[in-house]
Amino acid sequence: MTEFLQLLFQGVSLGATYALVALGFAVVYRSSGVINFAQGAMLLLGAYATSWLAVDVGLAFGLAVLVAMVALALAGAGLHAVVLRRVTGQPTFVLVMITIGAGIAVTSGVEAAFGPDRRLLGDPWGSSSFEVGGVTINSVKAWGIAVTTVALAAYFAFDRYTRWGLAMQATAADEEATLSVGVPVRLVHAGTWAMAGGLATLGGLFLAGFPGAPQPTLGDAALRAFPAIVLGGLGSPVGAVVGGVLIGVTEVLTSGYAPDSLGTNFSAVAPYVAMIAILLVRPYGLFGVRPAERI
Amino acid sequence: MSLLDVRDLALRFGAVTAFEGVSFDVRRGELFAVIGPNGAGKSSLFNALSRVYEPASGSVQLDGRDYLRLRPHQLAATGVARSFQNLGIFPHLTALENVLVGRHHLMRCGVLRDGLGLGRREERQHREAALDALAFVGLERCAGTEVQLLPYGLRKRVEVARCLAMEPRLMLLDEPVAGMNAAERAEIAELVGRLRTERDLTVLLVEHDMGMVMQVADRILVLDFGVPIALGTPAEIQADERVIRAYLGEAPEATRTEVRA
Repeated sequence: MTEFLQLLFQGVSLGATYALVALGFAVVYRSSGVINFAQGAMLLLGAYATSWLAVDVGLAFGLAVLVAMVALALAGAGLHAVVLRRVTGQPTFVLVMITIGAGIAVTSGVEAAFGPDRRLLGDPWGSSSFEVGGVTINSVKAWGIAVTTVALAAYFAFDRYTRWGLAMQATAADEEATLSVGVPVRLVHAGTWAMAGGLATLGGLFLAGFPGAPQPTLGDAALRAFPAIVLGGLGSPVGAVVGGVLIGVTEVLTSGYAPDSLGTNFSAVAPYVAMIAILLVRPYGLFGVRPAERI
Repeated sequence: MSLLDVRDLALRFGAVTAFEGVSFDVRRGELFAVIGPNGAGKSSLFNALSRVYEPASGSVQLDGRDYLRLRPHQLAATGVARSFQNLGIFPHLTALENVLVGRHHLMRCGVLRDGLGLGRREERQHREAALDALAFVGLERCAGTEVQLLPYGLRKRVEVARCLAMEPRLMLLDEPVAGMNAAERAEIAELVGRLRTERDLTVLLVEHDMGMVMQVADRILVLDFGVPIALGTPAEIQADERVIRAYLGEAPEATRTEVRA
């Protein structure tokens, strides 16, 4: 039982981080129909920015995180303002290709600047942990769950209670109509990219927490979070969160309980198996909406 | 006193002239219609007036202000609401949310105050205004329904309700009865008529359907091949020979002589 609870905690912790990453995907997809393949690079950049500010510059860790979030938000909005905005009206495919290119450029840039080795994150938690009922709780994981919960709550409150939340949904449905009611659509798009940047910083930060570290392969986590957005339903923020937690728990429980006959790394495959199983039953994901078609 | 003043407007796509020499004014409280056969330049004119296309020459003034300097998203705050020929609604949102989006430019509460829930009273006001607009189009009972679940005629009403909730000075309607059956057309015509009689709105209607226009419009501009051929009241337009020719085609030479004789 203790072992199960231990794995469950680790699964929820990993899942919370995936939820942050998946929400970053969902926010952009929902307002622009673009799957942002630069999300992994944004995670990486967020983690490195935090690490650089905390370790090299010497800012207090909390401040370093805030500055990194703002910087990444600006970078996200900047990517939209400088590049993506100019290809408005082109097929979505073009935008997707641009995000792939931007992702590669950023990842290479980070590696060129900081080298291929693991870095210190500069967080105050390190490998410290405490015990609750026989379950070992890593401080960084507990903080990860708490911060994620707050960030998600803030996002959903924003989405539900502000006029900009409604404007984002409207932008996703029909840009021309949204313009006609006086919503500056460009600003909405820039805002979603900024949010993706901020969320990516938090996601990258906790991915780089103990036992991980800022390292060039960090961005691969975005691909591992990918089943989360697909099974949650593309463009559904709630689906992203539920999918993220589900994938995290699946991955960790499989690594704990899968028989050896399935191979050593089956836990990396399990999320995709879960995704396929769910898509067989619900082709648009758990919270996805089937597009209405008039016949 | 005219609200919208269009002077010698022209729109070209390369060497192709969509329309030219278009001048008219829309008076306050008037329901002004632009009609014409297919390809007459109605939609191009509408898109120029909704700032989607940039006219090649001419001027447009709204209440004495240079209208052509406004960007599309600034129209709403200037008091111009538009509808779309193929519906510009948000299918996954409810009817109420669709109408509430129309009040975006009227919402003063910033993100922070919204988030802290200090904007309750303002939110209630917007909600009431949106419900009022839905009631005007007869859809108050569908407020919580996702718009994609409504039939086409009712979706058009949601769109009109959104325009109304924007509290515009001028409403631009782009072929509101396109693709509708006779019963739906009659209902929308009645609704458009009420916009003016009950809400004192100024409406610019671009429409292909002659019957509807004759029924609701105060004055009509007729375009043919991108050129205005007549401007007047429905009675004057109905009697105008050039209009009849544009819509029904040239009468054979023999018949015309007979008619004259």
